[in-house]
Formats: sequence, structure tokens, C-alpha cells
Amino acid sequence: MSNPEQTNPVIIETDRSTSLVRIQNLSKTFPVASGFFRKGNSFIHAVDDISFEVGEGEILGLIGESGCGKTTTGKLLVKLETPTSGQVFLKNTHVEVKLPKQKAGVAKATSAKTKAISLVTSDGFADIAHLRGRSLKLFRRNVQMIFQDPYESLNPRMTIYDICAEPLSVQSIGSLMEREARVAELMDLVGLTPPETFLFRYPHELSGGQRQRVAIARAMILNPSFIVADEPTSMLDVSIRTGVMNLMLELREKFKISYLYITHDLAVARYMCDRIAVMYLGKIVEMGQTEDIIQNPQHPYTRALISAVPIPDPSVRRQPMELKGGVTKPINPKPRCRFYERCPMATQRCATSDHPPLEDKGSGHSVACYEV
Amino acid sequence: MALLEVKDLSMHYWTRKGEVKAVDEVGFSLEKGESLGLVGESGCGKTSMALTLLKLLPENAKILKGHIFFYKEFQPQTANALLGEMVNLVPQKANGRASTLGRLTRIEGEKLLVQPARNGATKAPSPVSFSFSEIAQVGLDLVPLREERMQRVRWKGISMIFQAAMNSWNPVYRVGDQILEAMQTHLPKTSVQQSKKRIAELFQMVGLDPRMMERYPHEYSGGMKQRAVIAMALSCDPELIIADEPTTALDVIVQDKILREMRQIQKQLHMSMIYISHDIAVIAEVSEKIGVMYGGKLVELADTQTIFERPAHPYTKALMSSFPNLKGEKKKLEALPGEPPDLISPPTGCRFHPRCPYATEVCKEKDPVLEVRQPGQVAACWNPLH
Repeated sequence: MSNPEQTNPVIIETDRSTSLVRIQNLSKTFPVASGFFRKGNSFIHAVDDISFEVGEGEILGLIGESGCGKTTTGKLLVKLETPTSGQVFLKNTHVEVKLPKQKAGVAKATSAKTKAISLVTSDGFADIAHLRGRSLKLFRRNVQMIFQDPYESLNPRMTIYDICAEPLSVQSIGSLMEREARVAELMDLVGLTPPETFLFRYPHELSGGQRQRVAIARAMILNPSFIVADEPTSMLDVSIRTGVMNLMLELREKFKISYLYITHDLAVARYMCDRIAVMYLGKIVEMGQTEDIIQNPQHPYTRALISAVPIPDPSVRRQPMELKGGVTKPINPKPRCRFYERCPMATQRCATSDHPPLEDKGSGHSVACYEV
Repeated sequence: MALLEVKDLSMHYWTRKGEVKAVDEVGFSLEKGESLGLVGESGCGKTSMALTLLKLLPENAKILKGHIFFYKEFQPQTANALLGEMVNLVPQKANGRASTLGRLTRIEGEKLLVQPARNGATKAPSPVSFSFSEIAQVGLDLVPLREERMQRVRWKGISMIFQAAMNSWNPVYRVGDQILEAMQTHLPKTSVQQSKKRIAELFQMVGLDPRMMERYPHEYSGGMKQRAVIAMALSCDPELIIADEPTTALDVIVQDKILREMRQIQKQLHMSMIYISHDIAVIAEVSEKIGVMYGGKLVELADTQTIFERPAHPYTKALMSSFPNLKGEKKKLEALPGEPPDLISPPTGCRFHPRCPYATEVCKEKDPVLEVRQPGQVAACWNPLH
């Protein structure tokens, strides 16, 4: 974990004053078990040195194939995983630091003051990595997550009311009456009307779409400013999916929530997101405004990905781009472009230099490729 | 020339909660070399339909009525094998006789004797005789077919790629040996050597290195396993392959490659395909005809172009407009209100009427039947869009 005193200003694409979440050089590695007696010295670089920002009220799409590190990134952002290195900054985070026990009681007061200040940057951001205890609990009011599978993310033994009210009781917010009113209000908001007919039912009595609406209500009940949505519609049926997507867009309009929208479906990302970041083996290879990325992809991987999406229109003929091989795992990756083995445009430079940095090519469209 | 004809087919499941009307009076036909896509939401009966065609049904399922005719060109030497079965005899076109459905009771010299079904009449109709030269095609009805006989149709006649089949490989056997086992069961006359040669060819065809035959499933990636499943489905030279969500668990790039390969193989071998998917974009890419299912019923059937440009059923239109698209203008998607129907107690009349914006009184009372809207397009709706 890094030292907060060393925090450098970040390079940002969006207007700084409106950004809400700021990720800086974030990495997460997992050890690979290699034997029964031997502790492995191999690591999967699930997320490798990524930096981006999410603005207030913005939906950032995180796109990529399975195993590229999308979900790990999402979990790092809500502190379900701890980063190996790098920082996740969130605006308006309240930080309280418990000091290590000191022998001399004199220095206590002054030290506490300096430590608390240093954790929050001058423009009001704080690194969530340092949150413990009460501040972590307060942080959870601000950041919530919606999971992929509504059949597994809801406790089957709890009623819908209990599921939705649980965050309130964990955070000790409101009286019983107030909680009831708040849950009913949320049910209304997510389209489970009339609320009375749903409150005391169990998840198995609801359909997939209704369950995902319950999951959204649960995430919304603490009025968070940032929600990580991990493939929230990929398990839902077509006709139900559209309703849930539209609901999430409405909630954004109403409450100015920001989303990190993780998906593998580019068409869904186009519909939902303001900006898109494309991930490949733990790295962000391209990032920019949604239409920019879809209409004018620069990175060879993004181009292959977009050309492979089937179009629901028989009159459109696609020109698919061929890629060699398949997705590997980023275990102890070689110091070269991650996409080198599969890239149709690879040159000598790609093999010998480090993974290319994400460079701004104008109007907020950044690409990590030497050949673009 | 038709290969498969499904007529008025109904299949229900009996569960503790009641009778699930999973497939209800569905009918369509498939030509040789043609690919048909079946789309619909989960629980609309797509997979049940596929399992019914192969008669791979659980014990609590029963085919209530209907016919599944699997057609073959008539060859006098194979006529004996059909003796005693329900068949649909299709005479030569020039002949002018109507096709006849009945039990093949006797072969007399150069003639076939067919006992037509009673159809509620008190007196059994008299047998109809056809001379060999008159008959063009014989359609074997799979519905009343005994299980031992049905096993000869599976794999060699109709084979299937199951949903998530790539996870069904046995982890302790080599992939090549698992395919070999299927071939030895269904084609006992082929030697092991010949079969292995054939598997190597198939591996090449689906884009796998033939040396992978000697490997175990865990050494395969998801896409490779799915390719091996396709090779297995092709191993007994079927005339029809039913592919149930063949690429659903795969990433886009792999999905795209596999779909293109499947299409190419289908063209090359002049095989018929039935693709089943919830993803209309996938179906649009691989099928010439699309059938839309809703609540156990086939609500519309037309060629792919027509389905997209001039859908006749409101559900088809709703399905189209609820899909986000990567090309073209970005527009707000219209969500369909309500939930898919419960097939234990489906809505009266048209099963789509509670969610349909065009529903009228008649929709609540009477069940619409498939009607021709324009050449090559049928839809079951009281208030079609055109």
C-alpha cells in the first residue's frame, strides 16, 4: 500500500472539478498455487497499472472478454478486494484514522491531526485503501455494487423487505417506521409496484427481472453517489433487460449517480455508457467517448472486438478482423505489449519495449499502442 | 425438397404444480440445406421444442399430438426397414396424387400398402396402394416411433449440440476417444482406424489441430471444447443438426469465429441446421429463416430479411426494438411491459395479449392461428402489423 504523502496529481481526460472517482496506477495480483508444499512465486496480474476517472453522474463502461480483469477492477473500487499497489480516490470520503499506540502521550494530538489531513487531498479526495472501521462503514454508504446474477446475490431466506432494509440496519439509519417508508419508496422507484405486494415475499417468488430490481433497490437505499454494476443485465431475458437498463438510466438522471458499468456486450455498453474503457489482460488498451470508440476504434484489439459483434440486421455485412490464438492468462507477463501474440499489426518494437502507455490521441480518446 | 416437417406438435410436462404447456401446436418445415433459427425468451419452449424433435424427453413429458416427419428419398431396397411404421408418402409431382399418411402395412412386389389413420371415423378406411415408381419421398413419423428405432435416427439423421455442451466432456477420457465411442455406437460397421481418420478430418474442419484428439478436456479452452462438440455432432454425417445456444457461453471474438465456421461447414456439406438462441443478432447472422416463439407457440415464421424489415407479429417487433444495436443511430429502447407467461396457466386466447399494445377483445378470447401474411411469411395474430 502506498504512502499517502507521496500522492501525485493525476493526468485526467475529463474535467477535474466534476470527477468523483479517481483511480491511479491501480494493480492487483493474485498468487498462483503451484504445488502442495511449495508456495508459488507466480502471480496473475489481474489488474495491472490502470488509471482512469469517473465523473459525477457519468457512466463509464468497462469492456472486455472473460478473464480480462473487469470484475476485479470493480471489486477494488468498492473495497471488496485490496489493491496490491495504486490508489482509488473517492470524493467526499470521511476519514478517521486510528493511530498506532504510542508510548509518549505528548505527541498524540498533533500526530493525529497531521495524519488525518494527509489522507485527504486538497480537492477533497481520499484514498479508500486506508479506510478502516467506522470510516469504511461510512464509505459503504457512498459506494454500492450490483452483481451479475440476481439468483445468487439475494439471500433466499430473507424477505424482500429484509433484503432492502439490511443496509439501513447495518448503518443504523432511521427508526423502524422510517425504514419501512424508505423501502416502500425505493420499491416504487425501481418499478416494483404496488410495494405492499412485494415487501413480504421471498426472492424465489420473483422473476429474474424483478430480483434484479430488488438488487438495484438495495444498492440505492443508502443514496450512494457511485455504483459498480457488474454485468447487471447479462442474466436477464431480452424483453426484461431493456426495462432494467432504462431504469438504471432514469436513476442516473434523477439522482446524479455515477456508474462503473462492467459488461462484455458492446451493444449494451453503447446504449448505457458515456465513456468506454476497453480492457485486455489487466490493462486498459483504449478509452474514450462511447461513440468515438464504437465508430472509430484505434487499438487493434478494440477493432477486432467490435468487428466480431453480430449485428441484428441481415442487410449489414460485417468484415470480421482475424486474430491469432486465444485469450491467455496474465501470469507473470513478459515486459512487452500484452496483445503482442495476437496482434496483426505487431512489429519489432512491440516485442522489445514495455507495454505501451495509454496516450491521449485528442478529444479524450486515449490508446495504448505503438502502431496507432 | 423438405427434410423435416413438424405438424401441429404439442408437448406438455407434468409437474407437481400442474401441466406445463411447453410446446403447443407448433408447425414448420425445413428444406434440405436450409438453416432455421428459433428465437424467444427463456421459458418460451425453444429447448423443449428441440428435445421433442429428438424425443429426448424426461419421464414427466409427453407428446400429446402432432407429427414430426423426417423425410428421405424413397429407395426400394430400404422399404423393408420402414415396415410397420407410420409414414407420410409423398408421390412424384407429376403424378397428381395427394400425399398419404398412414401405417406401412405390407410390401407386395413393387407396391407399398398404406393403412391411413382412422381420424375418428367408425370404419377403418381401406388401404391405399402406391407403386415404387410413384413415390418421391417417404417421411418417417418420429412421434409414434419406438425408442430402439429412434436411436437409429439420432446422430445419423438428426444430431444435436446441446446448451453448454462444452461442459459435458468427461474429464477422465481423451476427447478423441469420447467422439470415437459415439461413432462406434452409432456406426458399428466402421472400423476404429477409419473412425479415427474421420475424427482427424472433422477436427481440421472445425479448426482444431488433429493432435488435440489425444488430449484431455482440461487442456482445451472454452472455444476449443465447443469446437470439439461441433466435431462430435458432425461425426456420424447427420442430415440435420440442432444447435441449442451453441455459442452463448463464449466471448464475442470466439463466438464470431465459431459461427462463421459452422455456417461454412453447413454450406459445404449441404446440411440443414436449426439454431436456437435468445440472441436475435446471432440468429440473424446464421439463419435463412427465423421462427419466433412465445409462450410455447410459434408466433411468426419468415425469412430473415422479412422478419427484420416487415415483422407482422407485435411480439416480433417488440423483440427487435428491445435489442441495442452497435450500428446505426442510437435510440431509446422500448421495454416490453410485464413478464413472460406462466405456461402452467397461460393467458386465455392469444398468449401475448396481456403485454400486447394492439390487443383487442378478440385476443382475450380466441387463440389466433398461423396465417400467411405475405409469401414466405406466416404469423399468428388477430391484429397483425400488416
